[in-house]
Amino acid sequence: MAEEKSKKGKPVLEVKDLAVAYKIRGGEVEAVQNVSFDLHSGESIGIVGESGCGKSTVAWAILNFLGDNGYVKKGSVLFQGEELVGKEGEELRKIRGNSIAMVYQDPMQALNPSLTLGTQMKEVLTVHRGMSDEEASERCIKMLDRVYMPDPGNVLMRYPHQISGGQQQRVVIAMALLTNPALLVMDEPTTALDVTVEAAVLDLIAELRREFDTAIMYISHNLGVVARVCNFVNVMYAGEMVERAPVEDIFARPQHPYTQGLIRCVPKLGADKASAQLYPIRGRVPPPNDRPSGCVYGPRCDYVQDRCLQERPQVRILPNGNAVRCHFSEEIDPSEWIPSEDIKLKPSPGDVTKNEAIMTVKGLKKYYDVPGNSLKAVFGLESPKQVKAVEDATFRVPRGSTLGIVGESGCGKSTLIKTLIGLEETTDGEAEFIGHDITTALDERSNDLIQELQMVFQNPDSTMNPSYTVVQQIGRPMKRFKTVPNDQIRGEVIKLLESMRLGENYLDRLPRQLSGGEKQRVGIARALASRPELVLCDEPVSALDVSVQAAILNLLIDIQRELGTTMIFIAHDLSVVRFFSDNIAVMYLGQIMEIGPAEAIYRPAYHPYTEALLSAVPIPDPSVTQKRIRLEGTVPSALNPPSGCRFHTRCPRRALMPDGGKACETEIPPWREFENGHRIFCHLPKDTLESFDPVISLASDAEAVAAD
Amino acid sequence: MTTTTQPESTASRPPSRLSKIWKSSSIIFDSPIGMVGLAIVVFWVGMAVLSLFWTPHDPNEQYFRDQRRSAYIMTYLPWVDLEDYDEITRPDPRFLLGTDKTGRDILSRVMAGGQVVLLKTRIPLPTDDVRRQDEISALSRFLDRIAPEEWDEFVIPGGVAIWGVLGSLVVGTTFGLLAGYKGGWTEQIVMQIMDALVAFPRIVLYIVVIAALGQGDLVIIIAITVTGAPGIARLSRSLALDIKTRDYIRAAETRGEGLFYIMFREILPNARGPLLVDAMLRVGYAIFTIGTLGFLGLGLQPPEPDWGSMVNDGRELIFSQPNIVIWPAVAISTLVIGLNLFADGVREELSRYQK
Ligand SMILES: Nc1ncnc2c1ncn2[C@@H]1O[C@H](COP(=O)(O)OP(=O)(O)OP(=O)(O)O)[C@@H](O)[C@H]1O
Ligand code: SF4
Ligand code: SF4
Ligand SMILES: [Mg+2]
Repeated sequence: MAEEKSKKGKPVLEVKDLAVAYKIRGGEVEAVQNVSFDLHSGESIGIVGESGCGKSTVAWAILNFLGDNGYVKKGSVLFQGEELVGKEGEELRKIRGNSIAMVYQDPMQALNPSLTLGTQMKEVLTVHRGMSDEEASERCIKMLDRVYMPDPGNVLMRYPHQISGGQQQRVVIAMALLTNPALLVMDEPTTALDVTVEAAVLDLIAELRREFDTAIMYISHNLGVVARVCNFVNVMYAGEMVERAPVEDIFARPQHPYTQGLIRCVPKLGADKASAQLYPIRGRVPPPNDRPSGCVYGPRCDYVQDRCLQERPQVRILPNGNAVRCHFSEEIDPSEWIPSEDIKLKPSPGDVTKNEAIMTVKGLKKYYDVPGNSLKAVFGLESPKQVKAVEDATFRVPRGSTLGIVGESGCGKSTLIKTLIGLEETTDGEAEFIGHDITTALDERSNDLIQELQMVFQNPDSTMNPSYTVVQQIGRPMKRFKTVPNDQIRGEVIKLLESMRLGENYLDRLPRQLSGGEKQRVGIARALASRPELVLCDEPVSALDVSVQAAILNLLIDIQRELGTTMIFIAHDLSVVRFFSDNIAVMYLGQIMEIGPAEAIYRPAYHPYTEALLSAVPIPDPSVTQKRIRLEGTVPSALNPPSGCRFHTRCPRRALMPDGGKACETEIPPWREFENGHRIFCHLPKDTLESFDPVISLASDAEAVAAD
Repeated sequence: MTTTTQPESTASRPPSRLSKIWKSSSIIFDSPIGMVGLAIVVFWVGMAVLSLFWTPHDPNEQYFRDQRRSAYIMTYLPWVDLEDYDEITRPDPRFLLGTDKTGRDILSRVMAGGQVVLLKTRIPLPTDDVRRQDEISALSRFLDRIAPEEWDEFVIPGGVAIWGVLGSLVVGTTFGLLAGYKGGWTEQIVMQIMDALVAFPRIVLYIVVIAALGQGDLVIIIAITVTGAPGIARLSRSLALDIKTRDYIRAAETRGEGLFYIMFREILPNARGPLLVDAMLRVGYAIFTIGTLGFLGLGLQPPEPDWGSMVNDGRELIFSQPNIVIWPAVAISTLVIGLNLFADGVREELSRYQK
């Protein structure tokens, strides 16, 4: 490390002892304290931590975009040797020039919807750099080409809404790079994107760092993403930097208990609930004006000692050059960590995939009519177009098991379960659930059926009605289905809350007095209140921080083991789905492409789409190597899905078919059957599918291969 | 799992209901504008309440035919001609704001003018039906104070403006929530009807309603309801359009809840903030409306004073005796301004509070 440092020379960005505060009503909150780090050109530093730890605040402080109520309270930010703190307006703009650029989570924040992309991109060059129009547009095209934008000349003439989200983000990145910035600040630039698109954007970022020699500051809550693009990681907790180390060390030898905790929260890809467990960090990030004295992590730390509560630890540089803010980091050995008693789960009931089916679905279809906007359509002369949101779904769900559904956004996951629960009408096909036909709409269903089929929602902020207390919301299904006599409802709600690990004192709280994780627990409790047989979970953990996510997953596992509840579980995170599900269905454009036992999905034989998905998952472990398969183009419109195999426009394996894959274009593929009900929807013969290499291999495996 | 840990929060006991209400209503004290508005509104409500028990003079007494008034004028103001309005209506220490052209005390009338608008509604009773009268006699004792002696009408608390706005709230939210939540044809039809009502000229609408139903407090309430409902329907529709996309509405649907449960128990409580603010503004408009109707001679029934009719009465003398017109006009406009300021304050604080 030492020799590397010396050759790097002067850092592009030097942040020293930064403290940022926001003025709020009746005082101020110090969102960030004591943050220091250097960033050299060609380096990329990742900033990770749970929500509210101050990651974005650091970025905004550097860019001086703290808003009306924020200001830098202490410390300095040196950019190429010049102080940014305290400078304002024109002066600041001059120092910064065009050499700092920022990319946000939402690309539409940076794009003006009413101007063409070309106008917006060229403006950067013509206005700020005084370039001529032709020169500018030439450069824009070159830059778009660099970010692998297909058909860049054409893209310049389009409006932002005419390209997909992933492409928008690429345009924003291209725009940020136009001026050749020395520093690129990215705040969760891929969080809103699908895994396959995310993978492409991350590749792009990693490449830019190498080729443009840009210094990148990359903010993310996802350790896997950071592992892929960063060479340094800065872990933030409650406004402080708690650990700074090269990316390999962070994952192999985390020094700070918080970093260790974060890593234990996320399931390793390939781990399942029967053989592994997640260990949530107890408690939650304290709000800025309520931080404990002593070590801020003290209340959540498993190694806390008296000294931690009295003396605030300072950042120390360890012999290996890594920085850590903990009194005892040398003495802590993560491999000897013992989980505390209360996160032990109930024992696994064994293999449930052989149980009798509680739900069987055959050839289920859901089409939406969309009115055309041509003149003909307006007068009703044209038959309405149809979006084929779910096509021919066939599967069975064994009692007490979990069916996971994965796929990119818009592939019909949510539509499928909305159809099952009756929020959408079925277009065609059969679906049966404990003796009831469930192709009917909700208002035709009997109360018995409604009671047995409940749902958990994605967004913790909208899952609870803001006007009612916890006990009212959980009690309502009990009252409605008369599962509990009215005078015992309160007692029953308390029991249910306790199994959600929430105390009685939550009963009379309103949703705004709960955290995201707590709201999600109440949402789960409400779904369980009518004692349903089957619970549909639509991305129940996607909006939560990793430690809360781990806690909720544990809770769901425990409930399932105790009550034998069957679940259908949607998530876009493949590690989570793998961890939580017994069976998995992979969907693409409304079509189930592969379905089978969870472990069978994650090893060959793969469907070509599953293979691509797996190779795109960001894995929080730099020692793992993944096969690199990137899909071309974007998901086609569901209004007009490709004929034959819906994946044929992007399939990287089509070349293996005789005749360049003509059959893929024209003929609907057959189901290839493997053992244990594992089925793949592909023209490729079984043995070809089986011959694919595993996508993911540990470094040790790779070395073994190399040694051969 | 029997041991209960509280993993993510350390907040203490929930506050009592009273302190919760206090806390949520106390946000208004943070807004200076809202406080000014509140003060004005409280002033007029206070005046109206006071006038139930005491006014300087009887608001309906015509003092200029009054022996005492004549005696007073003759004794202290001997130079005054009893038929000279100019002199008669002039303010003096006994009639601080003067009297109107029929000699009624303006101060008392302005004070009492708030009653019909804000505090009470008179529903005429069929005088020939004795049994009905007997039935309400228990109530009559209760309402003795604010009821006139001879029971030919039935008085309920809450002024015409208040009931009118409540009426439009009920009608407007019902249709608005229905349209917003159901969408499709229901929405089309409901909103077309509401738009048609809006498109109809207001004054003509009032005249139509009054011509069809005759005069009276109830009719004015109906007129206010009919004219106010479309606006409230639009507002509640747009709120419902937003709220119905939330997951808790999906949860209610997957619980098999009925249409009205979802409209009034799941959606309405979350729309009440903006609706409340709108209703407050609408009380202001209703007061204007009552004033306008009074001015057109279609207003509230005499003998109770009402500000609009007072302006109408004083109209002929507006140049020679402006104070007859000015005071009721000031009453109407300040009350409306007060309500607006108050509503603004509440709105501003609500939006701050939600952040
Ligand atoms: N404008 C503001 N006014 C007051 N407090 C703020 C403001 N912006 C952020 N904060 C507070 O500062 C702290 C840090 O916020 P910040 O947005 O930097 O966190 P973050 O780590 O980026 O979180 P996330 O992962 O959710 O993006 C939080 O407690 C937040 O509530
Ligand atoms: S200083 Fe103490 S409490 Fe803080 S992280 Fe280290 S061991 Fe834990
Ligand atoms: S059927 Fe053809 S296009 Fe479809 S996944 Fe198989 S190989 Fe690819
Ligand atoms: Mg952030």
